Amino acid sequence: MKFIDSGDTAWVLASAALVLLMTPGVAFFYGGMVRAKSVLNMMMMSVGAMATIGVIWVLYGYSESFGTSWHGLVGNPFQHFGLSNLLSGQDSIYGFVPAQAAVPAHGVVAAIAAVPAHGGIPAMAFVAFQAVFAIITVALISGSIADRAKYSTWMVFTVIWATVVYFPVANWVFSFDGYSSPRGGWIANQLKAIDFAGGTAVHINAGAAALALALVLGKRVGFNKDPMRPHNLTLVMLGAALLWFGWFGFNAGSALTAGNTASVVWVNTMVATSAACIGWLATERIRSGHATSLGAASGIVAGLVAITPACSAVTPLGAVAIGLIAGCICAVAISMKYRLGFDDSLDVVGVHLVGGIVGTLAIGFFASASAPAAVDGLFYGGGVDQLWRQGVAAGAVLVYSFTLATLIGLALHKTMGFRVDREAEITGIDIEEHAESSYDLGSLGGGGLIKAGAAIFGSQTMSSTATDVTPNRQGASS
Amino acid sequence: MRLVTAIIKPFKLDDVKQALEAYGITGMTVSEASGYGRQRGHSEVYRGAEYQVDFVPKVRVEVVVDDVDATDVMDVILKAAQTGRIGDGKIWTVPVEEVARVRTGERGLDAL
Repeated sequence: MKFIDSGDTAWVLASAALVLLMTPGVAFFYGGMVRAKSVLNMMMMSVGAMATIGVIWVLYGYSESFGTSWHGLVGNPFQHFGLSNLLSGQDSIYGFVPAQAAVPAHGVVAAIAAVPAHGGIPAMAFVAFQAVFAIITVALISGSIADRAKYSTWMVFTVIWATVVYFPVANWVFSFDGYSSPRGGWIANQLKAIDFAGGTAVHINAGAAALALALVLGKRVGFNKDPMRPHNLTLVMLGAALLWFGWFGFNAGSALTAGNTASVVWVNTMVATSAACIGWLATERIRSGHATSLGAASGIVAGLVAITPACSAVTPLGAVAIGLIAGCICAVAISMKYRLGFDDSLDVVGVHLVGGIVGTLAIGFFASASAPAAVDGLFYGGGVDQLWRQGVAAGAVLVYSFTLATLIGLALHKTMGFRVDREAEITGIDIEEHAESSYDLGSLGGGGLIKAGAAIFGSQTMSSTATDVTPNRQGASS
Repeated sequence: MRLVTAIIKPFKLDDVKQALEAYGITGMTVSEASGYGRQRGHSEVYRGAEYQVDFVPKVRVEVVVDDVDATDVMDVILKAAQTGRIGDGKIWTVPVEEVARVRTGERGLDAL
């Protein structure tokens, strides 16, 4: 008889709420970095992901990610369609570990003590926790196409990309045999690469898609010519703060139990991020003479990204090393877009793709058997066994996401169009796509008159015009 | 009458205002401005990309005065706003044909 552990459940539900807060965090982080004329569009792309992915996750996304896997590649999207069959009964408990009887000593084999059963969590708690991962992964992509993407096309993209790329990849990486379903994904169960909280499934995945979209949409008008200063660095700092806070749910919550693993992961998440902040600030102090606030915020995010896959596999000292390396490498990596000439506007590639690769590969070097994942990496005498598994996982997700995102992006670009026109981009996408201005700081107002309810009753005005015209048309045709 | 316009460093605004009050000027118009002269702007670095910012923040002070006071008022502002460093600003005057006080309808020097 399966039963539920209430402490674990409380932690997972709280973590899920923490992770949901990260997506508005991304909205602030990205929103502050663009120019004042496009901040609303930037934030709306994250909010749009919260809207679309939340719904399709409940419809078929969870099932496609965590239903019984077809050859380790994709879950059955119809198994838990609408989640109705997960609300009660034995199937509604995730991660229950049955009791193990004591094994008596026999010859040279040591005795194994009896292990009491460990309670699971409600499947709906797991559904909730994984839902917010899907949302933020999609939201992260939007940073590479700032200032220029048609909002309607972005909304369609979020649904298609999540369906074709994120849900299958979540199955590969996060679905372990015997937990949500008997058969899980190939990276988790056959390859046995370690990705505790989503270095591959979230960050490499989003980073590769971001690179693809930056290439499909092309550069912003004036890229690498006109200055495009971040319009509000305090928003960026607020976003970084929300991200760091929420990330404790992201990483420590991924333990799915409220115990030692979650605690080790919490400390690793904190210290790697601190180290990455130092790494980034030191790098830019040497390169350009100043430690900047944008650098600190970026270093924080780079560290969080890099420790995400590794947080259960390394010691706190290993976490410091990974953070420092990620901070330095990402600080250098963000400049490559100018050399290579692609406009990844807010450095999703430089921070999330590169940071995700650094963290995923670092496990192969810094993993220590004393950490919860209990695997030794190259530096701890484990050889290259874990390293190649990490490399394959990173490469597979990168290639899959980049290829599919390119195809989806091109298809949408050819049909719906993925870019606003040049004039709208220069005037500001906020006005064009959302009919709003982000800031009204002057006291003069817009100099016009308010027409209360004009937008709501606009259709009536039009229909009255239409009735004037319609009889004539009918008269002409009859 | 003459309009005295001064473009000064923002942190000198209080000094200029006090000096003008001490001279007996009873009102002024102040606005935020941006621009550059010989000092040009400054550079800012965002994620490794260096931006040359040419337009630096300045304050524009405008005072309408009697013809005979114009040179003195210029001197007053000049003394109060001067740091001796590059980027201190400019002062100029132009003739003003007519002035009216909106509240009372007074014209000319009475309106100042």
